[in-house]
Amino acid sequence: MPMPSKLRAAGWMLAAVLAAAPLMGQAPNYGVGRSPTPEEIKSWDISIGPDGKELPPGEGRAVEGKEVYTRRCADCHGSEGQGGDQGEALVGGEGTLDSLKPVKTVGSYWPYATTLWDYINRAMPFDSPGSLTHKQVYALVAYLLYLNGIIEEEEVLDAQTLPQVGMPNREGFVSDPRPDVGTTDPSR
Amino acid sequence: MKDRTAKDQPDSSNPSRRRFLKSGAVLAGVLGACADSGIVSDSGPRTLGAIPSPYGQRSTFEKSVRYTNLSDTPEAGASRTPLQDSYGILTPSSLHFERHHSGVPTIDPSRHHLLIHGMVDRPLVFSMEEILRLPSVSRIHFIECSGNSGREWTTPEPTVQRTHGMLGCSEWTGVSLSLLLSEVGVQSEAKWIIAEGADGCKLHRSIPMEKALDNIVIAYAQNGEAIRPEQGYPLRLVVPGWEGNTHVKWLRRIKAVDQPYMGREETSKYTDLMPDGKARQFTFVMEAKSVITFPSGRDQLPGPGFYEITGLAWSGRGLIQSVEISIDGGQSWQEAQFQEPRHPVALTRFRLPWRWEGQEVTLRSRCIDETGYVQPSREALIQARGLNTRYHYNGITAWKVSSDGSVQNAYA
Repeated sequence: MPMPSKLRAAGWMLAAVLAAAPLMGQAPNYGVGRSPTPEEIKSWDISIGPDGKELPPGEGRAVEGKEVYTRRCADCHGSEGQGGDQGEALVGGEGTLDSLKPVKTVGSYWPYATTLWDYINRAMPFDSPGSLTHKQVYALVAYLLYLNGIIEEEEVLDAQTLPQVGMPNREGFVSDPRPDVGTTDPSR
Repeated sequence: MKDRTAKDQPDSSNPSRRRFLKSGAVLAGVLGACADSGIVSDSGPRTLGAIPSPYGQRSTFEKSVRYTNLSDTPEAGASRTPLQDSYGILTPSSLHFERHHSGVPTIDPSRHHLLIHGMVDRPLVFSMEEILRLPSVSRIHFIECSGNSGREWTTPEPTVQRTHGMLGCSEWTGVSLSLLLSEVGVQSEAKWIIAEGADGCKLHRSIPMEKALDNIVIAYAQNGEAIRPEQGYPLRLVVPGWEGNTHVKWLRRIKAVDQPYMGREETSKYTDLMPDGKARQFTFVMEAKSVITFPSGRDQLPGPGFYEITGLAWSGRGLIQSVEISIDGGQSWQEAQFQEPRHPVALTRFRLPWRWEGQEVTLRSRCIDETGYVQPSREALIQARGLNTRYHYNGITAWKVSSDGSVQNAYA
Protein backbone atom coordinates (compact mmCIF):
# COMPACT_ATOMS: atom_id res chain seq x y z
CA MET A 1 0.00 0.00 0.00
CA PRO A 2 1.47 3.40 -0.90
CA MET A 3 2.43 5.49 2.12
CA PRO A 4 0.53 8.81 2.53
CA SER A 5 2.82 11.54 1.28
CA LYS A 6 2.73 13.44 4.60
CA LEU A 7 3.87 10.39 6.51
CA ARG A 8 6.53 9.70 3.90
CA ALA A 9 7.85 13.26 4.27
CA ALA A 10 7.94 12.87 8.05
CA GLY A 11 9.86 9.63 7.60
CA TRP A 12 12.45 11.31 5.39
CA MET A 13 12.82 14.12 7.90
CA LEU A 14 13.37 11.64 10.74
CA ALA A 15 15.93 9.79 8.63
CA ALA A 16 17.71 13.07 7.90
CA VAL A 17 17.82 13.96 11.59
CA LEU A 18 19.19 10.54 12.55
CA ALA A 19 21.78 10.66 9.77
CA ALA A 20 22.92 14.06 11.00
CA ALA A 21 23.09 12.92 14.63
CA PRO A 22 26.83 12.11 14.66
CA LEU A 23 27.54 15.59 13.33
CA MET A 24 25.67 17.26 16.14
CA GLY A 25 28.70 16.90 18.37
CA GLN A 26 28.18 17.57 22.03
CA ALA A 27 24.49 18.50 21.91
CA PRO A 28 22.22 15.94 23.60
CA ASN A 29 20.26 13.94 21.05
CA TYR A 30 17.79 11.89 23.00
CA GLY A 31 16.73 13.95 25.99
CA VAL A 32 16.93 10.89 28.22
CA GLY A 33 18.21 11.03 31.79
CA ARG A 34 17.80 13.71 34.42
CA SER A 35 20.19 16.19 36.01
CA PRO A 36 21.42 15.00 39.41
CA THR A 37 21.63 17.46 42.29
CA PRO A 38 25.12 18.39 43.56
CA GLU A 39 24.22 16.53 46.78
CA GLU A 40 23.41 13.35 44.83
CA ILE A 41 26.75 13.52 43.03
CA LYS A 42 28.59 14.18 46.28
CA SER A 43 26.99 11.22 48.02
CA TRP A 44 28.02 8.83 45.22
CA ASP A 45 31.40 10.26 44.24
CA ILE A 46 33.93 8.35 46.34
CA SER A 47 36.75 8.53 43.77
CA ILE A 48 40.03 9.81 45.17
CA GLY A 49 42.60 10.62 42.50
CA PRO A 50 46.37 10.83 42.99
CA ASP A 51 46.24 14.62 43.50
CA GLY A 52 43.81 14.06 46.37
CA LYS A 53 41.52 16.92 45.40
CA GLU A 54 38.39 14.93 46.34
CA LEU A 55 39.71 13.99 49.80
CA PRO A 56 37.11 14.92 52.43
CA PRO A 57 37.71 16.96 55.61
CA GLY A 58 39.16 15.09 58.56
CA GLU A 59 42.53 13.98 59.88
CA GLY A 60 44.18 11.07 61.60
CA ARG A 61 47.41 9.89 63.23
CA ALA A 62 49.02 6.49 63.65
CA VAL A 63 48.16 6.20 67.33
CA GLU A 64 44.44 6.48 66.56
CA GLY A 65 44.86 4.24 63.55
CA LYS A 66 46.41 1.49 65.65
CA GLU A 67 43.29 1.36 67.80
CA VAL A 68 40.98 1.08 64.76
CA TYR A 69 43.32 -1.41 63.10
CA THR A 70 43.36 -3.70 66.12
CA ARG A 71 39.58 -3.82 66.25
CA ARG A 72 38.71 -3.91 62.55
CA CYS A 73 41.69 -5.17 60.54
CA ALA A 74 44.06 -7.32 62.62
CA ASP A 75 41.95 -10.51 62.46
CA CYS A 76 42.68 -10.81 58.75
CA HIS A 77 45.87 -8.79 58.17
CA GLY A 78 47.76 -9.78 61.32
CA SER A 79 48.47 -7.83 64.49
CA GLU A 80 50.95 -5.49 62.80
CA GLY A 81 50.08 -5.81 59.12
CA GLN A 82 52.21 -8.90 58.52
CA GLY A 83 49.29 -10.70 56.82
CA GLY A 84 47.20 -13.70 57.81
CA ASP A 85 45.07 -16.51 56.39
CA GLN A 86 42.40 -14.16 55.11
CA GLY A 87 44.24 -10.93 54.42
CA GLU A 88 47.41 -10.09 52.58
CA ALA A 89 50.50 -8.54 54.13
CA LEU A 90 50.38 -4.74 54.27
CA VAL A 91 53.85 -4.14 55.70
CA GLY A 92 57.38 -5.05 54.68
CA GLY A 93 58.87 -6.43 51.49
CA GLU A 94 61.26 -3.53 50.81
CA GLY A 95 64.03 -4.53 48.45
CA THR A 96 62.34 -7.75 47.31
CA LEU A 97 60.67 -6.66 44.07
CA ASP A 98 63.57 -7.73 41.86
CA SER A 99 64.11 -11.01 43.70
CA LEU A 100 62.66 -14.44 42.97
CA LYS A 101 60.31 -14.03 45.93
CA PRO A 102 58.91 -10.52 45.67
CA VAL A 103 56.73 -9.38 48.57
CA LYS A 104 54.27 -6.78 47.33
CA THR A 105 52.84 -4.66 50.15
CA VAL A 106 51.59 -1.13 50.68
CA GLY A 107 55.11 -0.20 51.69
CA SER A 108 57.07 -2.03 49.01
CA TYR A 109 54.75 -1.79 46.00
CA TRP A 110 51.90 0.76 46.18
CA PRO A 111 52.87 3.93 44.27
CA TYR A 112 50.35 6.37 45.81
CA ALA A 113 49.17 6.94 49.38
CA THR A 114 45.84 8.24 48.00
CA THR A 115 45.14 4.73 46.69
CA LEU A 116 45.28 3.39 50.23
CA TRP A 117 42.76 5.98 51.43
CA ASP A 118 40.47 5.29 48.46
CA TYR A 119 40.63 1.52 48.83
CA ILE A 120 40.09 1.36 52.60
CA ASN A 121 37.20 3.83 52.27
CA ARG A 122 35.48 1.96 49.44
CA ALA A 123 36.23 -1.67 50.16
CA MET A 124 37.39 -2.34 53.72
CA PRO A 125 36.80 -4.07 56.07
CA PHE A 126 36.13 -6.93 53.66
CA ASP A 127 32.92 -8.05 55.38
CA SER A 128 31.65 -4.53 56.10
CA PRO A 129 32.83 -2.09 53.43
CA GLY A 130 31.77 1.52 53.84
CA SER A 131 31.48 1.24 57.64
CA LEU A 132 34.51 3.37 58.56
CA THR A 133 34.33 7.12 59.16
CA HIS A 134 36.57 9.45 57.17
CA LYS A 135 38.56 10.15 60.33
CA GLN A 136 39.08 6.42 60.89
CA VAL A 137 40.28 6.03 57.29
CA TYR A 138 42.82 8.86 57.71
CA ALA A 139 44.00 7.27 60.95
CA LEU A 140 44.34 3.79 59.42
CA VAL A 141 46.31 5.16 56.47
CA ALA A 142 48.59 6.98 58.93
CA TYR A 143 49.12 3.80 60.97
CA LEU A 144 49.93 1.65 57.92
CA LEU A 145 52.32 4.23 56.50
CA TYR A 146 53.94 4.51 59.93
CA LEU A 147 54.31 0.71 60.21
CA ASN A 148 56.03 0.79 56.82
CA GLY A 149 58.43 3.51 57.99
CA ILE A 150 57.06 5.99 55.47
CA ILE A 151 55.80 8.65 57.92
CA GLU A 152 56.54 9.50 61.54
CA GLU A 153 54.32 8.27 64.33
CA GLU A 154 53.10 11.77 65.20
CA GLU A 155 52.49 12.92 61.64
CA VAL A 156 48.94 14.14 60.95
CA LEU A 157 47.35 13.05 57.68
CA ASP A 158 44.61 15.14 56.12
CA ALA A 159 43.45 16.22 52.67
CA GLN A 160 46.55 18.43 52.28
CA THR A 161 49.30 16.20 53.69
CA LEU A 162 48.19 12.78 52.42
CA PRO A 163 48.76 13.44 48.69
CA GLN A 164 52.27 14.75 49.55
CA VAL A 165 53.41 11.47 51.09
CA GLY A 166 56.28 10.05 49.04
CA MET A 167 55.74 6.33 48.50
CA PRO A 168 58.96 4.29 48.10
CA ASN A 169 57.83 2.59 44.86
CA ARG A 170 56.42 5.75 43.26
CA GLU A 171 58.74 5.35 40.26
CA GLY A 172 58.30 1.58 40.06
CA PHE A 173 55.75 1.46 37.25
CA VAL A 174 56.20 1.58 33.49
CA SER A 175 53.69 1.61 30.65
CA ASP A 176 52.80 -1.44 28.57
CA PRO A 177 55.64 -2.15 26.10
CA ARG A 178 53.93 -5.09 24.42
CA PRO A 179 54.11 -6.76 22.01
CA ASP A 180 57.34 -7.86 23.66
CA VAL A 181 57.16 -11.42 22.39
CA GLY A 182 55.20 -13.11 19.66
CA THR A 183 55.92 -10.84 16.70
CA THR A 184 58.57 -13.15 15.35
CA ASP A 185 58.99 -16.86 15.73
CA PRO A 186 62.11 -18.42 14.20
CA SER A 187 60.43 -21.81 13.86
CA ARG A 188 57.73 -20.43 11.63
CA MET B 1 34.91 -12.54 59.89
CA LYS B 2 33.65 -16.09 59.90
CA ASP B 3 36.01 -18.95 59.38
CA ARG B 4 35.20 -20.96 56.34
CA THR B 5 36.55 -24.27 55.24
CA ALA B 6 38.43 -24.11 51.98
CA LYS B 7 36.61 -26.19 49.45
CA ASP B 8 38.28 -27.66 46.42
CA GLN B 9 35.49 -28.72 44.17
CA PRO B 10 36.50 -31.31 41.57
CA ASP B 11 36.36 -30.49 37.88
CA SER B 12 33.14 -31.43 36.17
CA SER B 13 34.16 -35.05 35.94
CA ASN B 14 31.36 -36.42 33.82
CA PRO B 15 31.09 -34.10 30.84
CA SER B 16 29.19 -35.29 27.83
CA ARG B 17 32.16 -35.53 25.51
CA ARG B 18 34.20 -37.58 27.91
CA ARG B 19 31.27 -39.76 28.79
CA PHE B 20 30.83 -40.78 25.20
CA LEU B 21 34.50 -41.53 24.89
CA LYS B 22 34.61 -43.80 27.88
CA SER B 23 33.71 -47.44 27.71
CA GLY B 24 30.25 -48.80 26.96
CA ALA B 25 29.82 -49.78 30.58
CA VAL B 26 30.01 -46.16 31.70
CA LEU B 27 27.54 -45.16 28.99
CA ALA B 28 25.15 -47.90 30.09
CA GLY B 29 25.40 -46.79 33.68
CA VAL B 30 24.43 -43.28 32.73
CA LEU B 31 21.43 -44.38 30.69
CA GLY B 32 19.81 -46.30 33.49
CA ALA B 33 19.57 -49.56 35.35
CA CYS B 34 19.07 -51.57 32.16
CA ALA B 35 22.37 -52.64 30.69
CA ASP B 36 22.57 -51.30 27.12
CA SER B 37 23.74 -53.94 24.71
CA GLY B 38 24.22 -51.26 22.09
CA ILE B 39 21.67 -52.94 19.84
CA VAL B 40 19.05 -50.51 18.55
CA SER B 41 15.50 -51.79 19.08
CA ASP B 42 12.03 -50.60 20.10
CA SER B 43 11.37 -51.10 23.79
CA GLY B 44 7.60 -51.51 23.81
CA PRO B 45 4.75 -49.07 24.57
CA ARG B 46 5.70 -45.41 24.89
CA THR B 47 4.74 -42.92 27.59
CA LEU B 48 4.06 -39.19 27.46
CA GLY B 49 6.90 -36.78 28.06
CA ALA B 50 7.10 -33.61 30.15
CA ILE B 51 4.84 -30.63 29.45
CA PRO B 52 6.05 -27.17 28.32
CA SER B 53 7.67 -25.12 31.06
CA PRO B 54 8.24 -21.39 31.66
CA TYR B 55 12.04 -21.50 31.92
CA GLY B 56 14.13 -24.24 30.35
CA GLN B 57 16.56 -26.56 32.08
CA ARG B 58 19.24 -28.73 30.53
CA SER B 59 18.96 -32.51 30.43
CA THR B 60 19.44 -34.15 33.81
CA PHE B 61 22.10 -36.30 32.10
CA GLU B 62 24.31 -33.23 31.54
CA LYS B 63 26.63 -32.57 34.47
CA SER B 64 29.14 -30.01 33.22
CA VAL B 65 29.69 -27.28 35.82
CA ARG B 66 31.95 -24.34 36.62
CA TYR B 67 35.08 -25.13 38.63
CA THR B 68 35.50 -23.33 41.91
CA ASN B 69 38.39 -23.45 44.35
CA LEU B 70 37.09 -21.32 47.18
CA SER B 71 39.28 -19.56 49.70
CA ASP B 72 38.50 -18.43 53.23
CA THR B 73 37.01 -15.30 51.69
CA PRO B 74 34.97 -16.88 48.87
CA GLU B 75 33.16 -13.63 48.02
CA ALA B 76 36.50 -12.54 46.59
CA GLY B 77 36.75 -15.57 44.38
CA ALA B 78 36.32 -17.05 40.95
CA SER B 79 34.74 -19.89 39.03
CA ARG B 80 35.90 -21.25 35.69
CA THR B 81 34.14 -22.11 32.46
CA PRO B 82 34.20 -25.85 31.55
CA LEU B 83 35.92 -25.28 28.20
CA GLN B 84 36.46 -29.02 27.76
CA ASP B 85 32.71 -29.41 27.29
CA SER B 86 32.21 -26.38 25.06
CA TYR B 87 30.81 -26.47 21.54
CA GLY B 88 31.02 -23.64 19.04
CA ILE B 89 32.05 -20.21 20.27
CA LEU B 90 29.34 -19.03 22.67
CA THR B 91 29.55 -19.70 26.39
CA PRO B 92 26.22 -20.51 28.05
CA SER B 93 25.54 -17.69 30.53
CA SER B 94 25.05 -20.34 33.24
CA LEU B 95 28.60 -21.64 32.69
CA HIS B 96 30.38 -18.31 32.10
CA PHE B 97 33.30 -17.82 34.50
CA GLU B 98 32.94 -15.47 37.45
CA ARG B 99 35.37 -13.24 39.28
CA HIS B 100 34.02 -11.20 42.14
CA HIS B 101 35.80 -8.99 44.65
CA SER B 102 33.07 -8.76 47.27
CA GLY B 103 30.34 -11.14 46.21
CA VAL B 104 27.35 -10.87 43.89
CA PRO B 105 24.99 -8.05 44.91
CA THR B 106 21.23 -8.36 44.59
CA ILE B 107 20.05 -5.37 42.57
CA ASP B 108 16.45 -4.40 41.82
CA PRO B 109 16.62 -2.83 38.34
CA SER B 110 13.76 -0.47 39.17
CA ARG B 111 16.06 1.09 41.80
CA HIS B 112 19.31 0.95 39.84
CA HIS B 113 20.77 4.11 38.33
CA LEU B 114 23.80 5.05 36.27
CA LEU B 115 25.37 8.42 37.09
CA ILE B 116 27.70 10.06 34.57
CA HIS B 117 29.49 13.11 35.88
CA GLY B 118 32.89 14.78 36.32
CA MET B 119 34.37 16.78 33.46
CA VAL B 120 31.14 16.90 31.46
CA ASP B 121 28.80 19.70 30.40
CA ARG B 122 25.63 18.06 31.73
CA PRO B 123 25.93 15.41 34.45
CA LEU B 124 23.06 12.95 34.01
CA VAL B 125 21.56 10.10 35.97
CA PHE B 126 19.82 7.36 34.00
CA SER B 127 17.27 4.83 35.19
CA MET B 128 17.35 1.35 33.67
CA GLU B 129 14.10 2.15 31.88
CA GLU B 130 15.76 5.15 30.25
CA ILE B 131 18.83 3.16 29.21
CA LEU B 132 16.60 0.52 27.63
CA ARG B 133 14.90 3.21 25.54
CA LEU B 134 18.12 4.27 23.84
CA PRO B 135 19.44 2.86 20.54
CA SER B 136 20.97 -0.57 21.17
CA VAL B 137 23.90 -2.54 19.79
CA SER B 138 24.76 -6.26 19.94
CA ARG B 139 28.27 -7.63 19.63
CA ILE B 140 29.91 -11.01 20.10
CA HIS B 141 33.02 -10.65 22.27
CA PHE B 142 35.15 -12.75 24.57
CA ILE B 143 35.92 -11.70 28.12
CA GLU B 144 39.11 -13.07 29.63
CA CYS B 145 40.36 -12.40 33.13
CA SER B 146 43.93 -11.14 32.94
CA GLY B 147 44.70 -13.75 35.60
CA ASN B 148 43.52 -16.52 33.26
CA SER B 149 46.29 -19.16 32.91
CA GLY B 150 48.11 -17.31 35.70
CA ARG B 151 49.43 -20.50 37.24
CA GLU B 152 50.95 -21.57 33.91
CA TRP B 153 53.87 -19.23 34.66
CA THR B 154 55.11 -21.37 37.56
CA THR B 155 52.82 -24.24 38.55
CA PRO B 156 50.83 -25.45 35.52
CA GLU B 157 47.42 -26.95 36.18
CA PRO B 158 45.98 -30.28 35.01
CA THR B 159 42.84 -29.42 33.00
CA VAL B 160 41.86 -26.87 30.37
CA GLN B 161 39.10 -25.68 32.69
CA ARG B 162 41.69 -24.76 35.27
CA THR B 163 44.34 -23.47 32.85
CA HIS B 164 42.05 -21.40 30.60
CA GLY B 165 38.56 -21.34 32.15
CA MET B 166 38.51 -17.68 33.16
CA LEU B 167 37.29 -17.07 29.64
CA GLY B 168 33.86 -16.77 28.06
CA CYS B 169 32.29 -15.48 24.87
CA SER B 170 28.80 -14.03 24.62
CA GLU B 171 26.56 -11.90 22.53
CA TRP B 172 26.33 -8.68 24.53
CA THR B 173 23.52 -6.18 23.96
CA GLY B 174 23.35 -2.68 25.34
CA VAL B 175 24.04 0.97 24.62
CA SER B 176 27.26 2.37 23.20
CA LEU B 177 29.14 4.23 25.92
CA SER B 178 30.03 6.84 23.30
CA LEU B 179 26.32 7.60 22.90
CA LEU B 180 25.91 8.29 26.63
CA LEU B 181 29.11 10.33 26.70
CA SER B 182 27.75 12.42 23.84
CA GLU B 183 24.58 13.00 25.86
CA VAL B 184 26.54 14.39 28.82
CA GLY B 185 29.04 16.32 26.68
CA VAL B 186 32.59 15.32 27.57
CA GLN B 187 34.88 18.30 28.13
CA SER B 188 38.19 18.51 26.30
CA GLU B 189 40.34 18.14 29.42
CA ALA B 190 38.72 14.78 30.28
CA LYS B 191 41.27 12.15 29.21
CA TRP B 192 40.07 9.12 31.22
CA ILE B 193 36.90 7.74 32.74
CA ILE B 194 36.48 5.98 36.05
CA ALA B 195 33.92 3.17 35.90
CA GLU B 196 32.53 1.99 39.23
CA GLY B 197 30.33 -0.92 40.26
CA ALA B 198 27.55 -1.13 42.84
CA ASP B 199 29.03 -4.18 44.56
CA GLY B 200 30.20 -4.10 48.17
CA CYS B 201 33.73 -2.96 47.34
CA LYS B 202 32.56 -0.51 44.64
CA LEU B 203 35.16 -1.94 42.29
CA HIS B 204 36.49 0.71 39.93
CA ARG B 205 38.88 1.02 37.02
CA SER B 206 40.37 3.91 35.05
CA ILE B 207 39.93 3.62 31.28
CA PRO B 208 41.39 5.99 28.68
CA MET B 209 38.81 8.28 27.03
CA GLU B 210 40.01 7.14 23.61
CA LYS B 211 38.76 3.61 24.35
CA ALA B 212 35.61 4.94 26.05
CA LEU B 213 34.69 6.78 22.85
CA ASP B 214 35.70 3.86 20.62
CA ASN B 215 33.76 0.63 21.16
CA ILE B 216 32.76 0.11 24.80
CA VAL B 217 29.24 -1.23 25.33
CA ILE B 218 27.15 -0.66 28.45
CA ALA B 219 25.48 -4.05 28.35
CA TYR B 220 22.20 -5.15 29.88
CA ALA B 221 21.79 -8.41 28.02
CA GLN B 222 23.91 -11.51 27.46
CA ASN B 223 23.04 -14.22 24.98
CA GLY B 224 19.54 -12.90 24.40
CA GLU B 225 18.34 -12.38 27.96
CA ALA B 226 19.07 -10.04 30.84
CA ILE B 227 22.63 -10.36 32.15
CA ARG B 228 22.79 -12.78 35.08
CA PRO B 229 23.49 -11.41 38.57
CA GLU B 230 26.98 -12.93 38.66
CA GLN B 231 27.76 -11.27 35.32
CA GLY B 232 26.74 -7.79 36.45
CA TYR B 233 22.93 -7.54 36.47
CA PRO B 234 21.47 -5.19 35.53
CA LEU B 235 24.33 -3.31 33.82
CA ARG B 236 27.99 -3.90 33.06
CA LEU B 237 30.77 -2.59 30.88
CA VAL B 238 31.98 -4.67 27.96
CA VAL B 239 35.39 -3.35 26.93
CA PRO B 240 36.22 -5.32 23.77
CA GLY B 241 39.57 -7.10 23.93
CA TRP B 242 40.69 -5.63 27.26
CA GLU B 243 41.43 -7.48 30.49
CA GLY B 244 38.33 -8.76 32.26
CA ASN B 245 38.73 -6.55 35.33
CA THR B 246 37.97 -3.45 33.23
CA HIS B 247 34.53 -4.84 32.27
CA VAL B 248 33.07 -3.36 35.46
CA LYS B 249 29.97 -5.23 36.61
CA TRP B 250 26.90 -3.79 38.37
CA LEU B 251 27.89 -0.47 36.80
CA ARG B 252 26.54 2.50 38.74
CA ARG B 253 28.83 5.44 38.02
CA ILE B 254 31.14 6.87 35.35
CA LYS B 255 33.27 9.89 36.13
CA ALA B 256 35.13 11.80 33.42
CA VAL B 257 38.54 12.83 34.77
CA ASP B 258 41.87 14.27 33.63
CA GLN B 259 44.14 11.38 34.67
CA PRO B 260 44.03 7.73 35.75
CA TYR B 261 42.98 7.51 39.39
CA MET B 262 45.50 4.79 40.33
CA GLY B 263 42.99 2.57 42.09
CA ARG B 264 44.06 -0.56 43.92
CA GLU B 265 43.00 -2.72 40.93
CA GLU B 266 45.39 -0.88 38.58
CA THR B 267 48.40 -0.47 40.89
CA SER B 268 48.58 -3.14 43.57
CA LYS B 269 46.77 -5.68 41.35
CA TYR B 270 46.65 -6.43 37.62
CA THR B 271 50.17 -5.06 37.13
CA ASP B 272 53.00 -7.25 35.84
CA LEU B 273 56.14 -7.25 37.99
CA MET B 274 59.21 -7.77 35.81
CA PRO B 275 62.52 -9.36 36.87
CA ASP B 276 64.15 -5.92 37.24
CA GLY B 277 61.62 -4.95 39.91
CA LYS B 278 59.68 -2.56 37.66
CA ALA B 279 56.01 -3.30 37.07
CA ARG B 280 54.09 -2.86 33.84
CA GLN B 281 50.89 -0.92 34.35
CA PHE B 282 47.74 -0.46 32.25
CA THR B 283 48.42 -3.62 30.28
CA PHE B 284 44.91 -3.56 28.91
CA VAL B 285 44.81 -5.67 25.74
CA MET B 286 44.53 -9.45 26.02
CA GLU B 287 46.94 -10.65 23.35
CA ALA B 288 46.36 -13.51 20.90
CA LYS B 289 46.00 -16.92 22.52
CA SER B 290 44.71 -20.37 21.69
CA VAL B 291 44.20 -23.68 23.40
CA ILE B 292 43.15 -27.17 22.35
CA THR B 293 40.01 -28.08 24.31
CA PHE B 294 39.91 -31.69 23.02
CA PRO B 295 41.87 -33.71 23.71
CA SER B 296 42.96 -31.86 26.83
CA GLY B 297 44.21 -32.56 30.34
CA ARG B 298 42.61 -35.55 32.12
CA ASP B 299 40.82 -36.73 28.98
CA GLN B 300 41.13 -40.46 28.35
CA LEU B 301 41.16 -41.63 24.75
CA PRO B 302 39.59 -45.13 24.56
CA GLY B 303 42.00 -46.33 21.88
CA PRO B 304 43.64 -45.60 18.55
CA GLY B 305 41.45 -44.28 15.76
CA PHE B 306 39.82 -41.14 14.48
CA TYR B 307 39.42 -38.03 16.65
CA GLU B 308 38.72 -34.40 15.88
CA ILE B 309 41.21 -32.10 17.57
CA THR B 310 39.34 -28.90 18.43
CA GLY B 311 39.94 -25.75 20.37
CA LEU B 312 39.51 -22.02 20.71
CA ALA B 313 41.57 -19.01 19.64
CA TRP B 314 41.03 -15.33 20.38
CA SER B 315 42.78 -11.96 20.24
CA GLY B 316 42.03 -8.65 21.89
CA ARG B 317 43.50 -6.98 18.82
CA GLY B 318 40.92 -8.28 16.35
CA LEU B 319 40.38 -11.25 14.08
CA ILE B 320 42.17 -14.57 14.36
CA GLN B 321 43.96 -15.04 11.04
CA SER B 322 45.18 -18.62 11.39
CA VAL B 323 45.69 -21.41 13.87
CA GLU B 324 48.37 -24.05 13.50
CA ILE B 325 48.52 -27.37 15.28
CA SER B 326 51.56 -29.48 16.01
CA ILE B 327 51.17 -33.16 16.83
CA ASP B 328 54.90 -33.81 17.05
CA GLY B 329 55.97 -31.69 19.97
CA GLY B 330 56.36 -28.48 18.00
CA GLN B 331 58.61 -29.83 15.19
CA SER B 332 56.07 -29.21 12.44
CA TRP B 333 52.80 -27.33 12.23
CA GLN B 334 49.70 -27.74 10.12
CA GLU B 335 46.84 -25.36 9.47
CA ALA B 336 43.62 -25.96 11.38
CA GLN B 337 40.19 -25.29 9.88
CA PHE B 338 37.96 -22.53 11.21
CA GLN B 339 34.31 -22.61 11.97
CA GLU B 340 33.07 -19.61 10.01
CA PRO B 341 32.00 -16.90 10.35
CA ARG B 342 34.81 -15.58 12.53
CA HIS B 343 34.18 -12.48 14.60
CA PRO B 344 36.83 -9.96 15.70
CA VAL B 345 37.65 -10.03 19.44
CA ALA B 346 35.62 -13.21 19.86
CA LEU B 347 36.34 -16.85 20.49
CA THR B 348 37.11 -18.63 17.22
CA ARG B 349 36.59 -22.39 16.97
CA PHE B 350 39.23 -24.43 15.16
CA ARG B 351 39.36 -28.07 14.22
CA LEU B 352 41.74 -30.64 12.75
CA PRO B 353 40.85 -34.22 11.83
CA TRP B 354 43.36 -36.60 13.41
CA ARG B 355 44.02 -40.30 13.43
CA TRP B 356 45.79 -41.40 16.59
CA GLU B 357 47.99 -44.43 16.07
CA GLY B 358 48.39 -45.10 19.78
CA GLN B 359 51.86 -43.60 20.23
CA GLU B 360 52.81 -40.89 22.73
CA VAL B 361 52.27 -37.47 21.18
CA THR B 362 52.24 -33.88 22.34
CA LEU B 363 49.60 -31.57 20.90
CA ARG B 364 50.08 -27.81 20.63
CA SER B 365 48.13 -25.00 19.03
CA ARG B 366 49.34 -21.51 18.20
CA CYS B 367 47.39 -18.68 16.63
CA ILE B 368 48.23 -15.63 14.55
CA ASP B 369 45.95 -12.60 14.69
CA GLU B 370 45.20 -9.99 12.06
CA THR B 371 48.11 -7.83 13.24
CA GLY B 372 50.53 -10.67 12.44
CA TYR B 373 51.19 -11.34 16.11
CA VAL B 374 52.15 -14.97 16.70
CA GLN B 375 51.18 -16.59 20.01
CA PRO B 376 54.48 -17.13 21.86
CA SER B 377 55.83 -20.29 23.42
CA ARG B 378 55.81 -20.62 27.18
CA GLU B 379 59.60 -20.45 27.13
CA ALA B 380 59.67 -17.19 25.14
CA LEU B 381 57.13 -15.61 27.45
CA ILE B 382 59.06 -16.55 30.59
CA GLN B 383 62.30 -15.36 29.02
CA ALA B 384 60.72 -11.97 28.28
CA ARG B 385 58.86 -11.44 31.54
CA GLY B 386 60.31 -13.71 34.19
CA LEU B 387 58.24 -15.53 36.81
CA ASN B 388 57.06 -12.73 39.10
CA THR B 389 53.71 -11.96 37.46
CA ARG B 390 50.49 -13.94 37.46
CA TYR B 391 48.77 -11.91 34.76
CA HIS B 392 48.52 -11.74 30.96
CA TYR B 393 49.85 -15.24 30.24
CA ASN B 394 49.20 -16.21 26.61
CA GLY B 395 51.80 -18.89 25.96
CA ILE B 396 51.30 -22.04 23.93
CA THR B 397 49.76 -24.95 25.84
CA ALA B 398 51.01 -28.50 25.29
CA TRP B 399 48.89 -31.56 26.01
CA LYS B 400 50.74 -34.89 26.20
CA VAL B 401 48.79 -37.94 25.05
CA SER B 402 50.38 -41.06 26.55
CA SER B 403 50.26 -44.43 24.83
CA ASP B 404 47.55 -45.54 27.26
CA GLY B 405 45.35 -42.69 25.98
CA SER B 406 45.62 -40.52 29.08
CA VAL B 407 46.14 -36.80 28.50
CA GLN B 408 48.00 -34.35 30.70
CA ASN B 409 49.46 -30.86 30.70
CA ALA B 410 52.97 -31.43 29.34
CA TYR B 411 54.30 -28.58 31.49
CA ALA B 412 52.74 -29.84 34.74
